[in-house]
Amino acid sequence: MKPLPEPSATAAPPLPASRPGFVRREWLPIILFVLLALLPFAAMLGPEKYTLSLVTRVMIFALAAISLDLILGYGALVSFGHAAFLGIGGYAVGILAAHGFQDAALQVPVALLASGLFALLTGAISLRTKGVYFIMITLAFGQMAFFFAISLSAYGGDDGLTLASRSKLFGLSWLENDRFFYGLVLALLIGCYALTRAIVASRFGRVIRGAKENPVRMEAVGFSPFRYQLAAYVISGMICGLAGVLLANQAEFVAPAYMAWQRSGELIVMVILGGLASLHGAIIGAAAFLLLEEILSGYTEHWKLIFGPFLVLVVLFARGGLLGILARVRGKSGGGR
Amino acid sequence: MTLSLFLVQTLNGLQFGILLFFIAAGLTLVFGVMDFINLAHGVQYMIGAYLAAMFTALTGNFFFGLMLALPSALLFGLLLEFLIFRHLYARDHLDQVLATFGIIIFLNQAVKVVWGAAPLSVPVPEILSGTVVLMDGLLYPAYRLALIGSGLAIALILYILVSYTRIGMLVRAGATNAPMVSALGVDISRLFMVVFGFGAMLAGFAGAMVAPILSVEPGMGDNLLILTFVVIVIGGIGSIRGAFIAALLVGLVDTLGRIFGPFLLRLIMDPSAASQTGRALAPMLIYILMAAVLFFRPAGLFPVRK
Repeated sequence: MKPLPEPSATAAPPLPASRPGFVRREWLPIILFVLLALLPFAAMLGPEKYTLSLVTRVMIFALAAISLDLILGYGALVSFGHAAFLGIGGYAVGILAAHGFQDAALQVPVALLASGLFALLTGAISLRTKGVYFIMITLAFGQMAFFFAISLSAYGGDDGLTLASRSKLFGLSWLENDRFFYGLVLALLIGCYALTRAIVASRFGRVIRGAKENPVRMEAVGFSPFRYQLAAYVISGMICGLAGVLLANQAEFVAPAYMAWQRSGELIVMVILGGLASLHGAIIGAAAFLLLEEILSGYTEHWKLIFGPFLVLVVLFARGGLLGILARVRGKSGGGR
Repeated sequence: MTLSLFLVQTLNGLQFGILLFFIAAGLTLVFGVMDFINLAHGVQYMIGAYLAAMFTALTGNFFFGLMLALPSALLFGLLLEFLIFRHLYARDHLDQVLATFGIIIFLNQAVKVVWGAAPLSVPVPEILSGTVVLMDGLLYPAYRLALIGSGLAIALILYILVSYTRIGMLVRAGATNAPMVSALGVDISRLFMVVFGFGAMLAGFAGAMVAPILSVEPGMGDNLLILTFVVIVIGGIGSIRGAFIAALLVGLVDTLGRIFGPFLLRLIMDPSAASQTGRALAPMLIYILMAAVLFFRPAGLFPVRK
């Protein structure tokens, strides 16, 4: 098998030798978050409900994409079943709500626990395989989760489950307020971004990256990559489960389609589209994917005829994704791959 | 549950397995020889079905339609190879996933634009429209038998091609070590093109053959593609023999699981719950099979690479 991809040189520049372990200060994510924070004020001028709901959705998928980038970009673990965690988070909300437990104080821990356990179990098996086989076995587990969700006939089966309302927050219905919900999602996005950033820069993160570059050498210097990779897989699954909780609340609906393999493919596409192994690339990729879909579908019902070739062109001519293009435009040294 | 039901379902499973084999054969070669993940292989099956539907409607005869659809599917595959895929061989797997995902999105929509969103149906050819009495009280549609027969014939031809011809030898060598084959003076890019075109044609053939028994619709290749990946991973990537055995295994497990799963569950549950759960859980069986195979043999049943 061919070695899995190197991180794009532009997206994650090599750390300066003088400050090992420190991540270079990046302005782009800060600008991104400031823009996202200012957006609700601008949204008041236009169709506020529509804008907030669209961008909230973008941020939720950005969260899921970040979780995937953590293992895909930094660990070269191509999980083709990551949408399962979106579904697990979503169903934790839906099933608990169906039994009258509407409080996020219960739903979120259950969702995190369930996605963590699923990740632990499937990760322990999947990580025995390498490369393409890893892609396929994660796909298999994703499909199992998908068909299991369809089999939940008590909770809507194929059709899914409509939530009566959004989750309560310690008994209060704050999430019904779109502005509050937007702020909450943004705060969680920033929190998880900071968390993953810290993980990547930590000793733990360096083991993950080292295992991607050369697992044999990592073992030779005394690390067992398996345990580290499994831990990263579990963390990634839990963050994605959290995104699932938010997605269910945003749509007020859960369905097996959350876990379809196409959804997992879309998450991978978002990460590569933005630029691998940079974390904020995942945010940009998710935004580009969903906004492009939204804008193009506004012009024509056949928007996929434009979107499909766009993806092909990005691969053929824009190595390193959108961040790669951005870096080349700014003329940084070593732009592109 | 009777013996004849079991036999009919076994034949259905075989037929499904043969269909999977048509698609998996091309995919496993493309994957094994070129180390290329082609998610767009499923849409080539869809294109084959649409081409067969169109040419059958034009000529009024399924066999003429098939004869026209096959070279068209081949040409279409070669066109894709020329325009896009050959620029991706040297890229990493993720780039290939992204680009071929884009192709799926495009072609699924394109067939809607060209042939309409409504499913097309193709009449079963008249000669094969009857049923065959296999034994007392066991009738089976002639067309499905023909499908199984043609599948076995193609498997045999492929086996001979791969095992006993020069091009087959190159393909096997390419699956084991492509750079070495290239270094020995073989024009590897031409070999790639032959393998790719052949795989595309086989997928197109599968699509054309199922057109009379399934509805021809956009996205029909998507779920089959995933099953095909399951097949080639169970079989071992790059192995035609593995693909054949795994395809039959997956076809049988899936079909028999759907029918007999509920029967078995009825032993431990009440009947209505058993049939509901059984129907829903049966699709999981092959993924469980795949996870189990990979757990014990991480490179599939018949691994090619050493």
